[in-house]
Amino acid sequence: MELLVSTIVNGLSIGSIYAMIALGYTMVYGIAKMLNFAHGDVIMVGAYAIYVFLAYVNPLFAILLAVVFCLLLGVTIEKVAYRPLRGASPLAVLITAIGVSYLLQSLAQIVFGSASKMVMVYDFGAIKLFGVTLQVSTLVTLAVAVVVMIALTLFVKLTRTGRAMIAVSEDKGAAQLMGINVNKIITITFAIGSSLAALAGLFYLLKAPSVSSTLGAMPGIKAFTAAVIGGIGSIPGAMLGGLLLGFVECIATKITVIAPYTDAIEFSILIVILLVRPTGFLGKKRREKV
Amino acid sequence: MKSLKRINYSHYINYVVIAVFTMVFSAISLAGGRLDSSLLFLFEKMAISIILAVSLSVVVGFLGELSLGHAGFMCVGAYMGGKLSVVLEPVLGNAVPNLLISLVAGGIVAAICGFIIGMPALRLRGDYLAIVTLAFGEIVRSIFLNSSDETFGGTLGLDTPRFDKKYLFIFAFLMVLLTLLIVQNFIRSKHGRAVTAIRDNEIAARACGINVTKYKLLAFIISAFFAGIAGVLYSFSNYTVQSASFDYNYSIEILVMVVLGGMGNINGAIVSATLITFLNTKLATVLTGDLAVLQNLIYALILIVIVIYNNAPALKSFRDTHNISLFIKKLVRSKHDPASIKDDAAKWDVVPTKIEMNEILSIDMKPQNLGSDKPSKGGDK
Repeated sequence: MELLVSTIVNGLSIGSIYAMIALGYTMVYGIAKMLNFAHGDVIMVGAYAIYVFLAYVNPLFAILLAVVFCLLLGVTIEKVAYRPLRGASPLAVLITAIGVSYLLQSLAQIVFGSASKMVMVYDFGAIKLFGVTLQVSTLVTLAVAVVVMIALTLFVKLTRTGRAMIAVSEDKGAAQLMGINVNKIITITFAIGSSLAALAGLFYLLKAPSVSSTLGAMPGIKAFTAAVIGGIGSIPGAMLGGLLLGFVECIATKITVIAPYTDAIEFSILIVILLVRPTGFLGKKRREKV
Repeated sequence: MKSLKRINYSHYINYVVIAVFTMVFSAISLAGGRLDSSLLFLFEKMAISIILAVSLSVVVGFLGELSLGHAGFMCVGAYMGGKLSVVLEPVLGNAVPNLLISLVAGGIVAAICGFIIGMPALRLRGDYLAIVTLAFGEIVRSIFLNSSDETFGGTLGLDTPRFDKKYLFIFAFLMVLLTLLIVQNFIRSKHGRAVTAIRDNEIAARACGINVTKYKLLAFIISAFFAGIAGVLYSFSNYTVQSASFDYNYSIEILVMVVLGGMGNINGAIVSATLITFLNTKLATVLTGDLAVLQNLIYALILIVIVIYNNAPALKSFRDTHNISLFIKKLVRSKHDPASIKDDAAKWDVVPTKIEMNEILSIDMKPQNLGSDKPSKGGDK
């Protein structure tokens, strides 16, 4: 019972972090038709930003500043690195994104050094729930992630901007003819994705209070995997994929025999799912036209 | 009839340069000349990088799919070849037969992995394929990292037999020549044309009767085979294989070599692989400690700038008037009449790069471009 509850809560918590990062990937893919490889590193920048701002202001304000910083960073990356390549081959854009990811990592290493930094954002302590000891930070992560995901879904479904986003993701050309400013929508998408990444950085700090330049690399790749499993471009798909991956990770680390192979198992699941459903669970199958 | 098939000697430049280089240094080495061990190590690394870059350019440059798991294929080759050489050492000793058998075996196992990874590639589009290759690289690394100490050495790594450094680099360069021979002939053959046709437009290629499945798999297998060979060479060059060295960053480094050399340009890949390896070794001695990161920063900037410069639609007219190959052509062929070069059929010996659809259309639309043999309209007199 204790194992079951802790597995479910931890799985949900890790899964919701993945889901939040995956949302950034999937929204950018849906709208700009590109894989933003640098997305994982924005998480790391977010965590470092919290580290820097904590020295000056109280935690809540530091988090807010970090989110704003990442938002600006995401928009800048899009303007400088991706916008000149609008209309170029997808391969070129992908390689540029990898370059940006590398750039962020090495810049962080130059500025903050290669040793990891300790960051205590806030100590929530632990509580006993149904006779199980749980970290409050895990529950906070879960709660915030759920609220953010609901808010995002409502934003996309109900607001003008959100519906413009759906329009751009379905047909860029037609959306432009309807009077939608495609460039503006893409910028907004990057802003939203990057602020979600900053929040994910915060959650990683709550989970383990240290930050290094490679903090975002593995979560980035895993969340990317989650987005692909759920069907890239689909918002509910990203959440589903993230939660699935979170549970798999949580269960795999609990079993001693397969624990070292956790990463391998997660990636194998990706390959198997893509073999069965080439566009992921909820991805739309698009017929290519000549 | 001898004018039917013209030999374009420029195809053989890279073989000649590398062969001469190899012969000179192997002569020095075998004659007992003093060659610094660090120099020999640099040569081995250069050879490995060239093989990796050329083999990756088959998939990235010619097939047009992004592979982020090239280090994974290399890892498989390194472990399998290395293990086989350890097993064979009591029988064959650390001599040439052992080296050759391990090289081939490592290549073949990697090629099988290439086949397995190529399978999903047939159903997936570019971005999905990239993540699958990335996942493959991570899976391979994770499996070897967690292997038991008796099989593949686990976290400590696998120690390989110590081949004589005096001739190891010669074999490395022979492998470079073999890679070039196979890859270049493949690209210039009917099969290679099919591969580039798939890159330019998969649907059109399929409509022309090209078996897309077969050629995609073939490209993946060839690419993985040579990555495996490079891996075996790597394991012999370093006396040890550690799975940690074949991480995602290594795949990216190979990708940088291919992109910097110009995608779909083998000579470019050779030059950039040599240059980057040389710079890596030199920078590693200059930049120590935290400064070592500067190297990554430089790579990242190079990658971004080169890709934007080569692909940005806004810079197209600038690229067409200012580029290195045009500059070299001007230097070499300044005496020739440019018009005769333009219509030269020899131009088609070079693998054609992507042809813009609207360029073709714009020519078709303008009848005056079709030549003077078309009767002119006399109605407007």
